[in-house]
Amino acid sequence: MDLSRRDIFKIGGKLLLLASAGATLDEILGAAPPSEAYRMADHWWGMIIDIDKCIGCGSCVRACAQENQVPAGFFRTWVERYQVEEGKQPLVDSPNGAMDGFPPSKRTDLKSFFVPKLCNQCASSPCVQVCPVGATFVSPDGVVLVDETYCLGCRYCVQACPYGCRYLHPQKRTVDKCTLCYHRITKGLTTACCENCPTGARQLVDFKNPKDPVHEFLRNNKVEVLKPYMATQAKVYYKDLDGAVR
Amino acid sequence: MLLGGVVVFLAIRAVVVPKDFGKFGHYRPGALETISTRSIAYAGHEQCLQCHDQEAKVHGGGMHAKVSCETCHGPLAKHTDDPTANVPKLPDVANLCRRCHEKDAAKPKGFHQVDTLAHSPGMLCNSCHQPHNPQL
Amino acid sequence: MIPGVDGFIYPNEVELQWGLLVVLYPYITGLVAGAFILASLERVFKVEAVRPTYRLALLTALAFLLVAPLPLQLHLGHPERSLEMYLTPHRSSAMAMFGFVYLWYLMVVLLLEIWLEYRADIVRLAQTTTGWQRLVYKLLTLGSENVSPEARRIDDKVSYVVTVIGIPSAFLLHGYVGFIFGSIKANPWWSSPLMPIVFLFSAMVSGIAAVLVLYMAFMKIKKMPLDMGCLDTIAKYLFYTFVIDFSLEMLDLVQRTYEADESFRTLDFMVHTRLWGSQVILQICVGTLLPLVLLAANQLWRFSVSRRKAMYLAASLLTMMGIFAMRWNVVIGGQLFSKSFLGYTTYKVGFAAREGLLSAIGLMALPFIIVVVLVKLLPPWAEGKPSENVVG
Repeated sequence: MDLSRRDIFKIGGKLLLLASAGATLDEILGAAPPSEAYRMADHWWGMIIDIDKCIGCGSCVRACAQENQVPAGFFRTWVERYQVEEGKQPLVDSPNGAMDGFPPSKRTDLKSFFVPKLCNQCASSPCVQVCPVGATFVSPDGVVLVDETYCLGCRYCVQACPYGCRYLHPQKRTVDKCTLCYHRITKGLTTACCENCPTGARQLVDFKNPKDPVHEFLRNNKVEVLKPYMATQAKVYYKDLDGAVR
Repeated sequence: MLLGGVVVFLAIRAVVVPKDFGKFGHYRPGALETISTRSIAYAGHEQCLQCHDQEAKVHGGGMHAKVSCETCHGPLAKHTDDPTANVPKLPDVANLCRRCHEKDAAKPKGFHQVDTLAHSPGMLCNSCHQPHNPQL
Repeated sequence: MIPGVDGFIYPNEVELQWGLLVVLYPYITGLVAGAFILASLERVFKVEAVRPTYRLALLTALAFLLVAPLPLQLHLGHPERSLEMYLTPHRSSAMAMFGFVYLWYLMVVLLLEIWLEYRADIVRLAQTTTGWQRLVYKLLTLGSENVSPEARRIDDKVSYVVTVIGIPSAFLLHGYVGFIFGSIKANPWWSSPLMPIVFLFSAMVSGIAAVLVLYMAFMKIKKMPLDMGCLDTIAKYLFYTFVIDFSLEMLDLVQRTYEADESFRTLDFMVHTRLWGSQVILQICVGTLLPLVLLAANQLWRFSVSRRKAMYLAASLLTMMGIFAMRWNVVIGGQLFSKSFLGYTTYKVGFAAREGLLSAIGLMALPFIIVVVLVKLLPPWAEGKPSENVVG
């Protein structure tokens, strides 16, 4: 059949249109998604710790110290080893916070386990309550932080923390503590301790995220916070925490 | 005189107190910015996969699949920023493997642990085990 | 093995956070409250016998109140930021609220009361002295030179009101310090509703004892006769207050021992070992029981003047030492045991360090120097007439 010039233009035009439409579609579908700014209101951070998975290697302690330039002799996180003998006070140790792991347990006949500890990011934090100037606070996304340009170094918060997770930074002379690696979690990374835990004993959780494994974890396991009678609304949950743990 | 003191106090306050103090709570909201922009030391294992896919394949198929690269190789954010300028040192095998795998009564029963003196006296662990995929 | 640590303590608990200077601080504010209560005995409760010490008590309170913030400033990591407590006080923090209680007490109660009491003398001294002294007194008049009987009557009325407000203010001043400790649920050695009350009564005891000692000292230095009626009355009030204070402390101890809660075992062990010397020997036996015996003896029997003076002096000095020991036992004791209840640490006092022994001695000496200056500037007694408060 003979194609007239008009037909060629019509067909050509349609093809051109199709091609450009296709190119545009390709552009839209293949393009990178717009960058999501971190919104504090969308998150409520905490942590879950599985006691039976902790091997006391101290990787978390080392990682935290490196990530956050924690001064030697002070600890934002540490691991305790418990050796429980029937009818006695538990034997507990934490050599240099477990920075280099643990020396071999002398007793092999006792119930023993490791307990990683850190700031419990309490929602009803007694340390925040007592700060005289507002240098420590609970962020809108549930992390207890210290404003080191505002802190007086009075150490009232160190006294008020039931868990011993705060210390005075020897050089800065302000109070320091675990920040739940706020500089990492606000960028979609996990905390340094959770990143480096080889067994997955420690996991960062976001209570506001409906898909977060924490919801199933809390529903299916026997969990406890440290010192629940202090009513601090701690947000670090331990699975299989033994009653001997202080 | 008391009134004068109060006026002076309020004037000082207006100047010294940070402008948006109290926006989210009784604290300086600028602190959130300062804290969240601190530098990162650990890049995270997903960063490593982008270049080291060969090692990742080996690693992903073994017992150490869930162990992050930096747990053994140390903080590597500097390396991901500039790979050729910041080449990481290989880990100290003698101490590294022992810290996790030395037999101890407090470690969970199902976890692979050996008495290294009996298991491999005088030998480094990687003389038999490939660390990325350690099963023999 | 960390030197000084026994058993298990949380890794961040090795170093004590609140040291000697924080022990000194409640001691000094306690002396303020106690001295003021003694002064108010005369003004509000009309105990005429203690009139000779009225002005001295006020000046003592002022001297100690001026020094009180100094140990805190030396203790802070960033003292240059301490103004933040006034600029952005956190209303839920007892420490923040205390800053305002202190300011209120200093400005509205103490300074005002002292000014009102001394006004007539200041005006007279402004007119009779020369040189820089004249300038000082002129400044102190604050522009008001009216000392007519009418004006004096107004002064008395206002002063009465100020003292009446001042008594609960003094209670608040030191009760708040007790509350700063007593409201910490994390620390079982501190956490107690009794804490503000115990602090207050021990403050009163130390303050009264301090004024007694200073009164005897000044009378000796100025070679003026001691008013025994005044001294006997002060000793009597010291005794009563001490009985209440001792009962409160024993109540706390007995209740703790009886209830024997989770913390009891570790605290009991601490008292029997690390705190044995400072608590049982210094605070209870030598610092409380012995003065109580000396003071009680004077309520039961009549001794000679010289004997009484010796007994009162000894009792007061021992009391002051005992109350310092009490502050030490509360502050330091509360940090010697671990919050895990499984171990203890040790407190090492530095010597020349910022928070060391030298600083503490200097800070304790300072108020006595200030009191001497104040007594020179605003004489409490007329020369040769110690029972009168008129200077001319």
